Amino acid sequence: MLRFIIRRLLITVPMILVVITLTWGLIRLAPGNFYSGEKNIPKEIEANIRAKYGLDKPWYVQYGRMLGHVVRLDFGISLKYEGQSVNKIIMSSLPVSASVGITAYLLALVLGIVIGSVAALRQNSIWDYASMALAMLGISIPNFVLGPMLVLLFSLSLYWLPPSRWQGFASRNIILPVLTLSAIYIAYIARLTRAGMLEVLRSDYIRTARAKGLRESQVVIRHALRGGIMPVVSFTGPALAFLLTGTVVVERIFALPGLGNYFIQAALNRDEPLIIGIVAFIAMTLLLMNLLVDITYGFLDPRIRY
Amino acid sequence: MDDERSTPQHEIEPVKPALTPLGTPPESPIRSREGDIIHTAPEFAIAEADVRSAEAGEFVAGTSLWKDAWRRLLKNRLAVFGMIVVFVVAALSIIGPSIIKKTTGYAPDYIPPDAALIKSFPPFRAPDGAFSWKHPMGTDIQGRDLFARVLQGGQISLLVGVIATVVSLIIGVGYGAVSGYLGGRFDNLMMRIVDVLYSLPYIILVIVLLAVFRRNTPLGQLVLLFVALGSVSWLTMARIVRGQVLSLKNQEFVLAARATGVSTLRIIFRHIVPNTLGPVIVYATLTIPSVMLTEAFLSFLGFGVQPPMSSWGTLATDGIQNIAVFPWQLIFPGVTMAIMLFSLNFVGDGLRDALDPQMRKG
Repeated sequence: MLRFIIRRLLITVPMILVVITLTWGLIRLAPGNFYSGEKNIPKEIEANIRAKYGLDKPWYVQYGRMLGHVVRLDFGISLKYEGQSVNKIIMSSLPVSASVGITAYLLALVLGIVIGSVAALRQNSIWDYASMALAMLGISIPNFVLGPMLVLLFSLSLYWLPPSRWQGFASRNIILPVLTLSAIYIAYIARLTRAGMLEVLRSDYIRTARAKGLRESQVVIRHALRGGIMPVVSFTGPALAFLLTGTVVVERIFALPGLGNYFIQAALNRDEPLIIGIVAFIAMTLLLMNLLVDITYGFLDPRIRY
Repeated sequence: MDDERSTPQHEIEPVKPALTPLGTPPESPIRSREGDIIHTAPEFAIAEADVRSAEAGEFVAGTSLWKDAWRRLLKNRLAVFGMIVVFVVAALSIIGPSIIKKTTGYAPDYIPPDAALIKSFPPFRAPDGAFSWKHPMGTDIQGRDLFARVLQGGQISLLVGVIATVVSLIIGVGYGAVSGYLGGRFDNLMMRIVDVLYSLPYIILVIVLLAVFRRNTPLGQLVLLFVALGSVSWLTMARIVRGQVLSLKNQEFVLAARATGVSTLRIIFRHIVPNTLGPVIVYATLTIPSVMLTEAFLSFLGFGVQPPMSSWGTLATDGIQNIAVFPWQLIFPGVTMAIMLFSLNFVGDGLRDALDPQMRKG
């Protein structure tokens, strides 16, 4: 187990390096510069800017300096938000993204597993068809269409919920972003749970559990669910990546000052330290989460050995 | 034998000599146009042969795998519904804009010269508020006909979906087939690379790529989009194809091809790849909606299709700006896109059930 974790961590480091190098390479290979705007800058001023940000040095020196920042986990100063350190921006925006993202994912886990289980237990009934059609709908509606439509319904027509603005985790403002973000996960998790449960419910050990006279609720909750949600566990990895794209959209729609919003701004402004910082941070989080998922897998399924 | 159904009724047609003197394969192989022999996997070969009914002694047409799958697909009502919707929306997108232009004079980017018409009318409303068939989806903020724009947006969205899927198909099938066929150390290395790419937060790289390489020409941006979307969606395809190839490469028809001196590349692409078609088609069908969704997402962020071109994604994004006053500007492109993705997903699911009866037992 420990060897497995160490081996995985050893693979993770070069992967983060690949992501960062790719990102840095893309930024550098692209024509133009962060300071090249609409108007032409005089040669002397340009030289000054380049000297100030170390752009006059050879590329490998710049690359090394960038890597140094990443290794020290201190990503330097943003080019656009002058005087603000990238670390501070990340630390201030992370709670926003994380609270919306985690709440949405937890909601999706609960609803998705319940819906999927019901569909599997009542296979080919109206419940099954209805929930699977609903799940397909959830997968097919882009979240940037769903979000504004929820706003249209709940904020602009019914006046129940505020349409946007961040007021912290414990406010009604979080409801619409969470609903928007969780829709697609509810759909995916319901489908995965249904498929997993259908397979498990037909297996021998479930028959044994029934044969020894367990109540149906016991059979389902204690025995079937544990095997049935395995596909959901392995979906957690890709889900986290999804969560990322999802939060970008949701943060834009609901004007939340989260990581995704900053990332898009940084990419548009070519704010290199901020881009690299956010990319490195996200890559590390994702890869560590994937590792956690794999470890969880081992606990849930005793057949898996590392 | 009382019950004739208890014995297999199908018998392969009277067999020719086991081996001809020249050593060519005994069964009559299907010949492609170039005269190159395509060896089919045994189960295909049997299914495709005309067989003689054991009792009656008359010829009955055997059902091929594809005919079988097609029949199963037609039984799946949701998939049929999906196919009809996909066909209708695609056809409307292609011919619709020119029909609208002929009947009402509104080309997708036609802005009426009359200043009174440059505003957003609700669906089915004439400027004076009366009922009118002229703009069934209303007009946008510049007075352009939304119906024509949604149909034309469909062209671009479908184009992006199909072309990016083809790009991913080419890369994925090529990569997976080579990896699976070569096996051993190559396979190991190639699949590790896929594993690594899998866990990269690729959408971030795509955003950076599209943001920093932003083209000023709409066509350039479109090509960039094809490349970006295609090059990130081939991974699963490569895995699927590799798995198929692994199970096919030790079958007799591959051995036969190798024995007759066919080159490795030719064996891979003319003999093995055609036999992996089923899963590839299924996955490609499911890739189209997911690519379209990603395109819409990128368009929403401003990295996708650039004006004057528009896709469903950009139209919906434009609609979001005015949602409080002109909700139809979001609802029509958004709902059209959702319906199309919904149907494509159903077609893909139906195809999977039809081509892989194993999955269907569930």
